[in-house]
Amino acid sequence: MSHDHHDHDHSHDPVTTSGEPPVATRVRALEELLVEKNILQRDEILQRIDWLASRRPGDGARLVARAWVDDSFRERLLEDARQAALELGLDPGPSPVVVALENTDTVHHMVVCTLCSCYPKALLGPPPAWYKSLPYRSRAVSDPRGVLREFGLTLEENVELRVVDSTADIRYLVVPRRPSGTDSLDEEALAALVTRDSMIGVSQPLADA
Amino acid sequence: MGRAVHDRGGWPTDEPIDRAEHDLADWEMLMDAIVGTLGRHGVMNADELRRAIEGMPADEYEAASYYERWLHATETILAEKGVLLPGELDERVAS
Amino acid sequence: MTFSHGDAVRVASRPHDGHHRTPSYLKGKLGIVERVHESFPNPETRAYAEDGLPPQRRLYLIRFDQHAVWVDYDGPSGDGLLADVFEHWLEMPA
Repeated sequence: MSHDHHDHDHSHDPVTTSGEPPVATRVRALEELLVEKNILQRDEILQRIDWLASRRPGDGARLVARAWVDDSFRERLLEDARQAALELGLDPGPSPVVVALENTDTVHHMVVCTLCSCYPKALLGPPPAWYKSLPYRSRAVSDPRGVLREFGLTLEENVELRVVDSTADIRYLVVPRRPSGTDSLDEEALAALVTRDSMIGVSQPLADA
Repeated sequence: MGRAVHDRGGWPTDEPIDRAEHDLADWEMLMDAIVGTLGRHGVMNADELRRAIEGMPADEYEAASYYERWLHATETILAEKGVLLPGELDERVAS
Repeated sequence: MTFSHGDAVRVASRPHDGHHRTPSYLKGKLGIVERVHESFPNPETRAYAEDGLPPQRRLYLIRFDQHAVWVDYDGPSGDGLLADVFEHWLEMPA
């Protein structure tokens, strides 16, 4: 088994005069060639970039906040998260199936993709660098409580920690528990408490300030 | 049975998880968009991309950044399919 | 083979050259069917310029006890690990 090198999510190549690493030049050259060969159109690439840039965890947070205040929506979300997202006018992304995993006072979920980096990016935005990193992919399954402690979360022993390894085309989203003392908050204020990391399952939502 | 380099669940490691946030660079967004658009056109699907990433030599896989792996894999698949001719991308980069 | 919620299954431990989505740490492990998903094209053939059809393969979410997966798991006995596994990687436990 090869040594575990310092894991690079981002390139450490020397920067060129343009300020970008050499790999950037190669990617741009690839795009140029593909457009010249009429394999791709420049405007559809730009549209795709715009779509990526517009993806935010706020979409996932809206699903969670609605589920917190509306019990029948919560049931629909747990039944079919893709359909529930469409119901709120959100883009669930290209995955044919999205599953929402509900945390309770006895079960806590945490999501990883050990084989690559599968992630519900339509609803959460791009995955954080650490989610794609080799140590997270390794330890999230074998030492999840250790990983959670690194993220500042210590789960009680009586809480079942369920780690979900996203090995196929299903995308998983965690529905964290509603923080206590939030009865007076409206949906928008509740959504503001739902962080990206709480929907991956490595931390809890924010407590009401 | 040897374990492939991408098959990381439970892989022994002492490396801490670096929790720093990194915004995607423009070239990374572009790489993501190229792959997504190739997918939409049926030129290369996600499993082909993954297969080519998994086929990287282990040391290259571990040294590469996330989108560097995507670039490597995309070149591999496009060359396999004759969309990219041998040396064509190198030539364009050099020009 | 077709499985239902609650069925005990074992993940096959056969060697497989090339792209497949069954992680090695789960091969040979015993679990329980947690969910029956729909069917999907086979990633193993889809990765080689085929469309992964026919037939589509049924996908199952399998739950494993962490202590059954890792010899040295450091956590309570109730902790679980879940993963999506294709029907052709699942067997009846011996």
